[in-house]
Amino acid sequence: MADATGFLKIKRKEAGNRPLHERICDFSEVEQVLNSEDRMLQASRCMDCGIPFCHWSCPVDNLIPEWNDLLYKGDWRGAYERLNATNNFPEFTGRICPASCEHACVLNIGQEPVTIRENEVAIVEKAFTEGYIKPVPPKKRTGKKVAVIGSGPSGMAAADLLNKAGHYVTLFEKDEKAGGLLRYGIPDFKLSKATIDRRLNLMEKEGLVIRTSTIIGKDISGKELIDNFDAVCIAIGAGYPRKLPVEGSEFEGIYFAVDFLTAQNRFNAGQLSATDNRINAEGKRVLVIGGGDTGSDCVGTAIRQKAASVTQIEILPKPPLARAIDNPWPFYAKILKTTTSHEEGCERLWNLSTLRFVGDGKITRGAEVEEVRWEYSDNKYIMTPLPETRRVIETDLVLLALGFVHPVLDGLLTELGVELDARKNVKVDKHQSTSQKKVFAAGDTVSGTSLVVNAIASGRKAAKYIDRYLRSLE
Amino acid sequence: MRTERPLNHGLYRQEFEHENCGIGFVAHLKGRKSHSIVSQGLDILRNMTHRGAEGADKKTGDGAGVLIQIPRDFYLIQGYALPPEGQFGTGLIFLPQDASDAAKCEEILLNIISEEEVSFIGFRDVPRNNSVLGEISHAAEPFIKQILLGAETEQEILERKLYIIRKRAEVAIRNSDIRQKNFFYLPSLSTKVLVYKGMLTSLQLGDYFTDLSDERLKSAIALVHSRFSTNTFPSWDLAQPFRVLGHNGEINTIRGNRMWMEARESILKSDKLGDLSRIYPIIEPGKSDSASLDNVLEFLLMSGKSLPYAMSILIPESINAKNPISNELRAFYHYHSTFMEPWDGPASLIFSDGRYIGGMLDRNGLRPSRYVITTNDHIVMGSETGVQTFKPEEIREKGRLKPGKMLLVDTEAGRIYYDNELKATLAGEYPYGDWIHQNMVNLEEIETGQVITPELGPCYNKYITSFNYSMEDIEKIIKEMAATGKEPTGSMGNDVPLAVLSKKPYRLFNYFKQLFAQVTNPPIDPIREELVMTLSGYLGSLQQNLLETSPDHVKMVRFRNPVISNTYFQVVKNLRYKGFSAANLTMLFDASKEAEGLQSAVDKLCADAEKAVDEGKNYIILSDRGIDKNLAPIPSLMAVSAVHHYLISKRKRMQIDIVVESAEPREVMHFALLFGYGASIINPYMSFAIIDKLVKDKAIQLDYQNAEANYINAINKGLLKIMSKMGISTLRSYRSSQIFEAVGIHSDVIDKYFAGTISRIGGIGMAEIAEEVLVPLRKAFIEEQQPEILTEGVYSYRKHGEHHAWNPETIALLQWSTRTRDREKFRLYSNLVNKDTAHPGFIRGLLRIKKNPIPLAEVEPAENIMKRFVTGAMSYGSISREAHETMAIAMNRIGGRSNTGEGGEDPERFKPRADGESTRSAIKQVASGRFGVTAEYLVNADEIQIKIAQGAKPGEGGQLPGHKVDKIIAKTRYSIPGITLISPPPHHDIYSIEDLSQLIFDLKNINPKARISVKLVSESGVGTIAAGVTKAGADLITISGYEGGTGASPSSSIKHAGLPLELGLAETQQTLVMNNLRRKVMLQADGEIKTALDIVMIAMLGAEEFGFATSALVVLGCVMMRKCHLNTCPVGVATQNPELRKRFTGKADYLVNFFRMLAEDVREYLAEIGCRSMDEIIGRFDLLERNPEVDHWKIKNLDLTAMLAMPEESKTNAMRCIEKQESKIDNILDLELIREADKALSEKQPVEITRTIRNTDRTIGAMLSGKIATLYGSAGLPDGTIKCRFTGSAGQSFGAFLAPGIELYLEGDANDYLGKGLSGGRIIVVPPEGSAFEPDKNIIIGNTVLYGATRGEIYISGVTGERFAVRNSGANAVVEGVGNHCCEYMTGGRVVVLGKTGSNFAAGMSGGIAYVFNESGNFDYYCNMGMVELSLVEELSEISELTEFINRHYMFTQSKKARMILDDLDKYIPMFIKVVPYDYKKVLQEQELEELRKKIADVEMDVEYDPKS
Repeated sequence: MADATGFLKIKRKEAGNRPLHERICDFSEVEQVLNSEDRMLQASRCMDCGIPFCHWSCPVDNLIPEWNDLLYKGDWRGAYERLNATNNFPEFTGRICPASCEHACVLNIGQEPVTIRENEVAIVEKAFTEGYIKPVPPKKRTGKKVAVIGSGPSGMAAADLLNKAGHYVTLFEKDEKAGGLLRYGIPDFKLSKATIDRRLNLMEKEGLVIRTSTIIGKDISGKELIDNFDAVCIAIGAGYPRKLPVEGSEFEGIYFAVDFLTAQNRFNAGQLSATDNRINAEGKRVLVIGGGDTGSDCVGTAIRQKAASVTQIEILPKPPLARAIDNPWPFYAKILKTTTSHEEGCERLWNLSTLRFVGDGKITRGAEVEEVRWEYSDNKYIMTPLPETRRVIETDLVLLALGFVHPVLDGLLTELGVELDARKNVKVDKHQSTSQKKVFAAGDTVSGTSLVVNAIASGRKAAKYIDRYLRSLE
Repeated sequence: MRTERPLNHGLYRQEFEHENCGIGFVAHLKGRKSHSIVSQGLDILRNMTHRGAEGADKKTGDGAGVLIQIPRDFYLIQGYALPPEGQFGTGLIFLPQDASDAAKCEEILLNIISEEEVSFIGFRDVPRNNSVLGEISHAAEPFIKQILLGAETEQEILERKLYIIRKRAEVAIRNSDIRQKNFFYLPSLSTKVLVYKGMLTSLQLGDYFTDLSDERLKSAIALVHSRFSTNTFPSWDLAQPFRVLGHNGEINTIRGNRMWMEARESILKSDKLGDLSRIYPIIEPGKSDSASLDNVLEFLLMSGKSLPYAMSILIPESINAKNPISNELRAFYHYHSTFMEPWDGPASLIFSDGRYIGGMLDRNGLRPSRYVITTNDHIVMGSETGVQTFKPEEIREKGRLKPGKMLLVDTEAGRIYYDNELKATLAGEYPYGDWIHQNMVNLEEIETGQVITPELGPCYNKYITSFNYSMEDIEKIIKEMAATGKEPTGSMGNDVPLAVLSKKPYRLFNYFKQLFAQVTNPPIDPIREELVMTLSGYLGSLQQNLLETSPDHVKMVRFRNPVISNTYFQVVKNLRYKGFSAANLTMLFDASKEAEGLQSAVDKLCADAEKAVDEGKNYIILSDRGIDKNLAPIPSLMAVSAVHHYLISKRKRMQIDIVVESAEPREVMHFALLFGYGASIINPYMSFAIIDKLVKDKAIQLDYQNAEANYINAINKGLLKIMSKMGISTLRSYRSSQIFEAVGIHSDVIDKYFAGTISRIGGIGMAEIAEEVLVPLRKAFIEEQQPEILTEGVYSYRKHGEHHAWNPETIALLQWSTRTRDREKFRLYSNLVNKDTAHPGFIRGLLRIKKNPIPLAEVEPAENIMKRFVTGAMSYGSISREAHETMAIAMNRIGGRSNTGEGGEDPERFKPRADGESTRSAIKQVASGRFGVTAEYLVNADEIQIKIAQGAKPGEGGQLPGHKVDKIIAKTRYSIPGITLISPPPHHDIYSIEDLSQLIFDLKNINPKARISVKLVSESGVGTIAAGVTKAGADLITISGYEGGTGASPSSSIKHAGLPLELGLAETQQTLVMNNLRRKVMLQADGEIKTALDIVMIAMLGAEEFGFATSALVVLGCVMMRKCHLNTCPVGVATQNPELRKRFTGKADYLVNFFRMLAEDVREYLAEIGCRSMDEIIGRFDLLERNPEVDHWKIKNLDLTAMLAMPEESKTNAMRCIEKQESKIDNILDLELIREADKALSEKQPVEITRTIRNTDRTIGAMLSGKIATLYGSAGLPDGTIKCRFTGSAGQSFGAFLAPGIELYLEGDANDYLGKGLSGGRIIVVPPEGSAFEPDKNIIIGNTVLYGATRGEIYISGVTGERFAVRNSGANAVVEGVGNHCCEYMTGGRVVVLGKTGSNFAAGMSGGIAYVFNESGNFDYYCNMGMVELSLVEELSEISELTEFINRHYMFTQSKKARMILDDLDKYIPMFIKVVPYDYKKVLQEQELEELRKKIADVEMDVEYDPKS
């Protein structure tokens, strides 16, 4: 900590976002960049706490005080090295992580945490522009072969570390390009796809083999893979979306959020022509069901598609504006979160349960909802419907952003016969090993749907144990 | 009842015993023998009763004795036929109680006597009256006879024969199988002196040995001693005087001294004593430090050395340039320092060989020694003045021994030899200076052509990993030191596990903990009193006999710094000076052979070292350069210590020095350990390589040379600090003194390689030690990828780093649960903490409690339990006002107690607030800085705590930098805003246990209702110290674990000083129960107590009350930032920054919730255990057992049996406090004063009281002041309301805490601590009317005057001792001469010295002004210019201030000196020097500026509102 009193002299300053009227016209990244000097000053606010709660709360154990200090001193390269020691892809997390670190920051007791996430992305972007990041292929190959199935953040992280450890790694991807939900789930205005390409490019230069448009369990059988590789890591995500089994859910105009977002991303990437995009919100009254981040991404995307109106509803109550007494610092603050997409113009409603969809028998025209009341007793929340509040929200396009339940079981998982847990996720021991010999698993496949940063952490962990396993074979 | 001293039981070790004493002698200058000399000696003892101590039975003394000349006539009169004077020798013999054992001892003795051709004349029964003995001493009373011997030879020859007989008999009986052989002891056996002594009180001595009251017993000298021991175990033999000397004090370096003496035996030769092997060992085993010193002194005398010579080489003066001694004398000390390390520690010594009698003080001069010479040729010397009373006109001279100085009387020649004469003779005997000049070379002056690079090249990373360097070592330790030249500072204590409890590999260094001085001897201030300290040493030990004197002794290389650069290391390696040669030995072992490889490599190293000695090498170089995959480094500490101990066992250690070249040591503690176990010089090449890299990487903005110099400087400063903590002044005597305790090392390893080191719970063996070296080595060499250097999280938390007890989960849950008073969350917190504790994080985590449930309803209510809770001592200043007051409110609500900490308390807080809450801290702390300790403060306490040490930095002082001292802090501390406040390492009124007893007495006087508590820190031997503290009268003792600590401290102190709470507490409990002292004193414990389970376990280990500091702060919002020292606490807890203080969110409710939930949980545990109240579990070690589920590779051999051993005596003795300490204030002079001052107290009417006074009348005026402060607060009574006029010698602490309105006028003299804590009163001391001596040349006041005074004035027409006006913050004083260290740490007030001063004037003085009458014109030499500036008194305001002081001095004392100056001001004022601290000057200037600004502003305002403009 170079400046003990930095936090007293410097106020928190966020880079901010592009002007609203401008950003809704395109799919470029919303967030802006701070100049280097201000960035370094922001880093000076870090207090190098005796207990860095930020580091504790970070799933990949980022050494936040250490790289903040180096950043403050202008040692960008040193800062990048310290950042890279725990995180393969700071350029992803620095853009889209909900930053539990900032929630846990000691300065957040006074609601002005260090701009940790922004500092992170600043460091890694500087490292790219200054050329600190270069392909470093392993000096020695072990001769061991690993297959990583799924090229989302956890698969990428596992593949990256295993490749760096000297194993021959092949990363399989069912879609036409690698990146998984990073590429197809997250809108470009939050994470530009060039960022992913840059990283994949680097990994390939380090010797990683990426095979896209290959469905394991179909194009290549699981058995074949197991026979040909010394270890296999399943990182196929949790691709089975939660459904809303109510009357009318089969109507046209009702889509899963992921399909909606994927289509737009594909379109932006030129993989889909405008005419092929059957889910277009332009001129429509859009109803997003589900108050989470995916729902918010749908809001932003629909607005960019020039929807007539966007409404987002959530069955749970509206979160408080400040921390509740049972949600103290340093835990993640469960408070109302207003994203850039929300700012861009949408109506948000809470305590609404969707009863059925109404329409002409084919196409949806509205959703009947009723308000619910939540009460806390016996250590759980109990929901009471309020039938007198029933009403219909008129809509032309319904996007279901209700999350995912578990991995897609058909195909690979069924073929391999790996044991599942009660929630139908793949069951692993503490070394990320599945019930099948030499088969490991990581990411949402194991945990159910979660954050990118958790996926990276899980992929890193799997890599560590796969490496250990491979070395034990010698 | 015991008849012998217990050896070791539980955690108690016999070697922990300490003693402090009262000493004195009386002699006739011309050797006229009389009985009156003997009875005067006994009078001296009687008048020092308060300096001795009694045991639990209140009748057993710790020991008293007298040394007289052989009273041959006395036996002749009784009909014994004796040979002529000089051919007759005698002595008492202590014999076994068992008659047949006694006979066996006699037989052995008589055989040796006849072998030595001395004739046995007979035994004399020694008449004794053992009805006076206490129960304990009676049970241990030996059978005592007197032996009469003779021989027809010269007296000197017979004297030596008697010595040889005694030494031989000691050895023979010690080696015999006589059952009660330990009773056998010869207090003296001589043709010249006879010693009577025993386990007696000062009063009992004369009654027990009836000879002593027999008028026919005559002597010209009587040297007496009364002992204050920490224990009350049987110890007839340890009473003093010994054969030559009586010692008040303690030898801190005793382990090293004893060991070096043993090592020296192989090269000693004496013509006079012949075959020395007959009398070896020179030092009797199993005796006290004083006894060992006496053994060596006696040996030197018997070898023909003179008393002054022997004393001077054993306890030399400082040869620092600031000590004004001649160059010849400096050379004398320098010469002898090459082969005799100082016996270092506080020492006031008196000694006699029957003809000569004298006394001396060690270089620090911390023990008082005053003397009086009368016109009728008597000399009386003693710890106090007034032990003998004389009429004023009889007194020829009054004086005191000064630090390092000696006084000797030759009773045959009738002469007094003063120090300069004695030393000049010694220094002139040989051309020491020339010898040194011709034979010695200084390492730093050797020209080297080349500079050796610190670079390690491509191996760098391998070394970094192999030697376990973490990012924190590099960034937080090495870089910090290289950049700033200082050791890094940290805050909030240590909450990582002990090395042995951690599953991670640690360097062997981490298994050791520093010991430090508490109570029985004072630490030194290594910064302000550096004049007594040195790190210099010599290389190239030669095989020289110290009994001879020759120029060859000094053929050696002298070095100033023991930590050397690669360049100088190269010089050392290739030194061929005067035929020097070195053996290079590698500290590496075969990695593949693991423990076996380590073992055989260490053994080979030892053998090679021996070979080097045999080949005549001068030193060996141990190096761990050259590690690789198969060659692992032997832990450098093990290598050094193993070689050192092996060579001692082979008697070859004196011939060689050990030089270490190692990559392992990096922080101060590592160096201290290597020196402490025998190394002479260390080259830490890895640290230098790291610094080199940091410089090249531009992480340090310095060039390499400066960075290296900074690093070495930081290490040096750290070493001085570690040495000073133990009160040791020189590295030469620190070397091999092994002042460490090992925690978690198996006795097999300790016994073989670290002999003499205490290690009480077993632990790792060779296998684990090897593994700890190999784990990182494998990482470095075997793993494919070079591992990243990561932060190990030892200093700050890291997720995958070392485990911290305070971590995000525990902090979050504690704050959450106490804010919401959520029992469930609190349970989660407690479970998590308890799980962490059993990780294991603490020793108690290895234990579990035995259960036997009863219904919860039967257990005492939570309210009772909460009364046992206190919050830790944290000063307002270290933590914010908000935090401090919140804690006080909470504790007052629950009936617990909060603590002011060191820093006073705003008097506003003494009264309840308008809302009914009270912010008054029930415990008022008295610490070494005495900030804000006034009469009013003390009377507003329920408990007064004397802080001897604190967990975070035991043995060290503190400093509150000026920029943190704002207006309010300054007000509560009675200082000035902006002035730096220094807390000295020791209490300058506690250098020993009898001093502590005196302070307790002072505090009981001022506030008779308050409990007096003493805070100690856990270390080995703390139990023994606690026993002494109990005997000194404390009502409560706090044992603090080393873990805790909320303040800022050097990192090495936080991590490495002190021991875990469990060990210190259990040892204290065991020792107090064994002594049957536990019944009289309460025990309180603190140190990372966090849950109810902690409380219950700590109670079982002996504590009745529990302290919470860190946990309380966490409840109030602390998140363990560990930034307290930076004043940047972002949660407003430990900061004074007003902006940050606004962020404080703590509430008293939270703390109340915390304590209530804890108490409720405690009740649940009590129910499970089957106990209805806390009282039932205190000290119940038997309810604890090892938890077999807690286990890992390093703890499998930990053995807690000793810690959990219930003493035998617990069957009969109380295990908790069941009675009150006896009050010693029932019958004191102040009660009379209070009675007579009734009118003044009730109606403010003036009263005058006249009394005679004696040295046993102590702490005069304090109780009276307490009354006034209670009635009238700090304002007191109008000036001069109560006037007391005394004649005589006043006891210690005369006028302590004297309140406004009291004037004490003393005609006579006074002892130490006059005007301690002066709170507004006036003290006047004048020499008695009719005195023949000049007041400005004779001492009339003792040491440490005005300590912590805040207000008032004193006028002394005479000279005072050392440390006049130490830590004075506001009193004014005029005095006619002072000793060393005058105005030390002073922060305010005025001191006028109308005469000479000693050295180190104004050290650490940050405020106030001193005016010194510089008659001899050399004041600047005596002044420590570190913080002050000197100028003439020129400004009018200053001249008038000074004149006014001298005027008042004359008015009150009629001083001739004052008259002289006043009569010719023009002549004398220019001879005054004004001493002003820079800090203070700045503040004064700012004040002036501020006033100016105000004036200007006022003027501007006038202009603005001027209607005409």
